[in-house]
Amino acid sequence: MVLQSSLKNCLQLSCILRTPKAGFRSTTTGDLIIQSISNDVYQNLAVEDWIHDHMNLENRRVLFLWRNSPAVVIGRHQNPWQECNLRLLRQKNIKLARRRSGGGTVYHDLGNINLTFFTNRKKYERMENLKLVVKALKALCPQLDVRVTDRYDILLDGQYKISGTAAKLGRTTAYHHCTLLCNADKSVLSSVLKSPYRGLKSNATPSVPASVKNLFEEDSGLTCEMLLDAIAEEYAAQHQIDHCITLINPADETVLPGINNKTKELQTWEWVYGKTPKFSISTCFNLVYEDSVLDVKVDMEVKHGRIEVCNIDLPEQWLPPALCSELVKSLTGTKLCPNEITTLTTTLLRVCPQDDELHSRWNLLCENMVMLM
Amino acid sequence: VCIHLVRSCSSVRSVKSKYVCVPDKPALSFSHQQRFFRTSAVSCGQIVQFKLSDIGEGITEVTVKEWYIKEGDSVSQFDSICEVQSDKASVTITSRYDGVIRKLHYSLDEIAYVGKPLVDIEIDASKGVTSQEDVVETPPMSHEEHTHQEIKGHKTLATPAVRRLAMENNIKLSEVIGTGKDNRILKEDILNYLAKQTGAILPPSPKAEIISPVPKAESVPAGPVDKARKAPVPLARPVVVAGKDKTEPVTGFQKAMVKTMSAALKIPHFGYCDEVDLTQLVQLREEMKPLAQARGVKLSFMPFFIKAASLGLLQYPILNASLDESCQNVTYKASHNIGVAMDTEQGLIVPNVKNVQACSVFEIASELNRLQTLGSAGQLGTNDLTGGTFTLSNIGTIGGTYAKAVILPPEVAIGALGKIQVLPRFNEKGEVFAAQLMSVSWSADHRVIDGATMARFSNLWKSYLENPASMLLDLK
Repeated sequence: MVLQSSLKNCLQLSCILRTPKAGFRSTTTGDLIIQSISNDVYQNLAVEDWIHDHMNLENRRVLFLWRNSPAVVIGRHQNPWQECNLRLLRQKNIKLARRRSGGGTVYHDLGNINLTFFTNRKKYERMENLKLVVKALKALCPQLDVRVTDRYDILLDGQYKISGTAAKLGRTTAYHHCTLLCNADKSVLSSVLKSPYRGLKSNATPSVPASVKNLFEEDSGLTCEMLLDAIAEEYAAQHQIDHCITLINPADETVLPGINNKTKELQTWEWVYGKTPKFSISTCFNLVYEDSVLDVKVDMEVKHGRIEVCNIDLPEQWLPPALCSELVKSLTGTKLCPNEITTLTTTLLRVCPQDDELHSRWNLLCENMVMLM
Repeated sequence: VCIHLVRSCSSVRSVKSKYVCVPDKPALSFSHQQRFFRTSAVSCGQIVQFKLSDIGEGITEVTVKEWYIKEGDSVSQFDSICEVQSDKASVTITSRYDGVIRKLHYSLDEIAYVGKPLVDIEIDASKGVTSQEDVVETPPMSHEEHTHQEIKGHKTLATPAVRRLAMENNIKLSEVIGTGKDNRILKEDILNYLAKQTGAILPPSPKAEIISPVPKAESVPAGPVDKARKAPVPLARPVVVAGKDKTEPVTGFQKAMVKTMSAALKIPHFGYCDEVDLTQLVQLREEMKPLAQARGVKLSFMPFFIKAASLGLLQYPILNASLDESCQNVTYKASHNIGVAMDTEQGLIVPNVKNVQACSVFEIASELNRLQTLGSAGQLGTNDLTGGTFTLSNIGTIGGTYAKAVILPPEVAIGALGKIQVLPRFNEKGEVFAAQLMSVSWSADHRVIDGATMARFSNLWKSYLENPASMLLDLK
């Protein structure tokens, strides 16, 4: 629905709407403004990858505009367990993606717009790009108090973050992308970006939390389409090109050969979770069993998203030691994934002594272990 | 005067040993010696310190976040070496040389400095570095140096050795099709181009001929139709498989399956198979489907199979039992928790419907829907996955007729259901009619179940399904 009106706006506001020809690189030679017709975070991140890997940006620059349906996007070197509430994400069916650029974690939904500035390596210049965005915002809403900080954030009223930045530099090309909050769901944002996991120790890049505000709160007439258009117009003016937005379909192999492989790779467990730098979990929880409360201490080392080392400290004889060591042995090498652990531990029960009491203790322990993930 | 140049393998510049006896002319001998030094240095692997190039924006230090290579790995020019991060920017550092990594100057999470050595690379001697300047320490790699790689405005990637080969043969690189990574031109491409020009027969290339429609950056390089490759080669080339064996450790859920199946092997299985005429059930389901849909439930055949099984278990409770490890006791389970085998991304998981003996067909259908939704989302809980007493596996949804199912301990029986096929059969009058047939294959633990019991259970189950109305008599 939103996409349709966006298309309509493009038709009304911009002069010409070109449909992309095959062999994307070979169209024009000037700078380009493109917009994705998809709201899938993996497809859109794949487009960034594709442009970065395959487009000749020696003499042209590209602005890529995109929006995503609800998703949490972590930076290249971050730890998802540290950054967000994975349980809540699963419950609410919010996707988790890891992008290839650095920086911190952000929440995307259709009330947030994403801008990617592609240039060759030499012309990589983030300040310029952000100043362009601020100029566009001020042209749209002159009374807006927006400015760029030296951390490459854009602040509203001097205190609320409305945009965060990240960048990726390759051998010959570079891109700088940033978000812009127009009308995102702030309550979902704050709940998903709060990690419930305790006892994590990691060298992963931490996010810097900030108070956020939607531009919509300053000016209720603002919509994402208006923001996108204002920025495209400013870009076109500064780069001396027509204010035309080329729409691209991130699933179209004829225009973007090889893109579906890139999209698939971004969705694999190995990329999203497996690229987490080595970290350790050292925590404890209480088991409430019948009339007693037991203390359980868990120490784990996680590498490539898999449990490398696992140690569970249980009160003596609560579970037969053979069973405990069986659990620890099975957990070693397993993905830190609730589904994987649940199916593993329930299947193991089949070869354990068939004792109801034993089974309920085992299940209780395993369910609590799963809560750590 | 004899001048000895001693070989030292581990030093930075390794030189060939050479015993030179030079007549007593100091000036001449000295320059002689220098010349030897230079040529011999080039012909061996020379170690070069690859420095961290300028990141831009005045950045002087970065953090090393990931190494893509380790000491001893071979790299080609433009291969990724590591990922560094600076102030929200993630930078991929690529190799400038072909060679072997000899030393990593930083470990993970260490701070690396622009202009200082990042890795030491031993330049591949056989590739023949063109000049001394390329090999010796250079100032931090600037972007200008990449421009000499580009010809006529479009990127043509090729190593200096390949360029020299092209130059020596008067070949324009822009006319050669590159089959290496990122379409770079390899030595073989130059040779193939030459062969095309002269019609020479080339020795078979070691790469398999894979022509794919999509240019891939990472996998086996695909050559577009290249006449040189299809040049007259009279001998049949051995088919070289381009893939490699891949070994992975058995972890997680797979490990648990290994244990379970090994335990199942200890159970003496016997099989019993039969054919069930579902013609009436197919009709009944068609009638019931919209009713269930109206209540928000998708109705398949499984709820009927499950309920019929439970009715059968009421008559033959030994099939819903469990034999303890020492084979001393048999426990007859009161609840019929019937497991349904589900195929998911991870593999075979078996959630179960609890207390089928007390559930209606509709309730079973509803519960199945819930389990299927959770199963495909990877969110089944421990309660859903434990406590099963009897299992049905509807392998027929994928295909097949008869199967030999493996009993899932601690259970004693399992049923595998094949696909429903329309086959000609004879009725009582001797007429041929189209019957909707499904085959069923039961496996049972022969230590506590005998063939007769299995057969009678199967007959009862079959009779309920062939004449669904008869289920009404025994429904509780």
